[in-house]
Amino acid sequence: MENEGDQVIKKFMYMNRKAPYGTIYALESLEVVLIAAAFDQDVSLVCADDGVYQLMKGQNTDDIGMKNFSPTYSALGDYDIKKIYIEKESLEERGLSLDDLQDLKYEDEDDDWAEKDSIHLVSREELAQVIDEQDVVFSF
Amino acid sequence: MPLEVDGQSYETDEEGYLANLNDWKPELANAMAAADGAELGENHWEVINFLREYYEEYQIAPAVRVLTKAIGKKLGKDKGNSKYLYELFPYGPAKQACKYAGLPKPTGCV
Repeated sequence: MENEGDQVIKKFMYMNRKAPYGTIYALESLEVVLIAAAFDQDVSLVCADDGVYQLMKGQNTDDIGMKNFSPTYSALGDYDIKKIYIEKESLEERGLSLDDLQDLKYEDEDDDWAEKDSIHLVSREELAQVIDEQDVVFSF
Repeated sequence: MPLEVDGQSYETDEEGYLANLNDWKPELANAMAAADGAELGENHWEVINFLREYYEEYQIAPAVRVLTKAIGKKLGKDKGNSKYLYELFPYGPAKQACKYAGLPKPTGCV
């Protein structure tokens, strides 16, 4: 935990492990993340297992009667959510690569709004390390 | 209570937000503002149009902090602050402007 002034900043991780549609988990997770972002905490997101499908490009929900909320992930940068971890093994097990996922960026206010990558590809082992550093982990 | 404009009736929720995004047209924003005792000027429209574009792109209404920052970037620092936005929309920039823009209530908005 870090102290900034007298405010405690905790590290919150949101772990997404389910496909975007069919259950409400992915959308709920996204909404909670957007709400939590208002509290100036250190927030990160993980996509692992079927959760990697949440960031797939070119989603179309016309035939399933659900809102396509995938464009909202591009707004995460605006909400100062700059750390999105994708588990490498989960992609590989599904025959996917980073090219199949949205390329999420954030603009660094302190660096003349330069665009920087939010997506971090991590191995299962590296991810375990990152999880270990968190104060709070929410699993969706 | 439905919103009545030019003899047409538009469905809204209990707080006056439009039920159907696609119903929106500028006349509805004017009618909602009039009901709040306000009149929309060019500065209001800048924000309303910005919100509609934001929604179109990201499928969410931005939180007020995000709105403030984005407005500052797009329309200049003198407009990207809560004082300016609260003067335009005294009931809360995100809430009131989103309502006039025909968007749902912002996620995580207080």
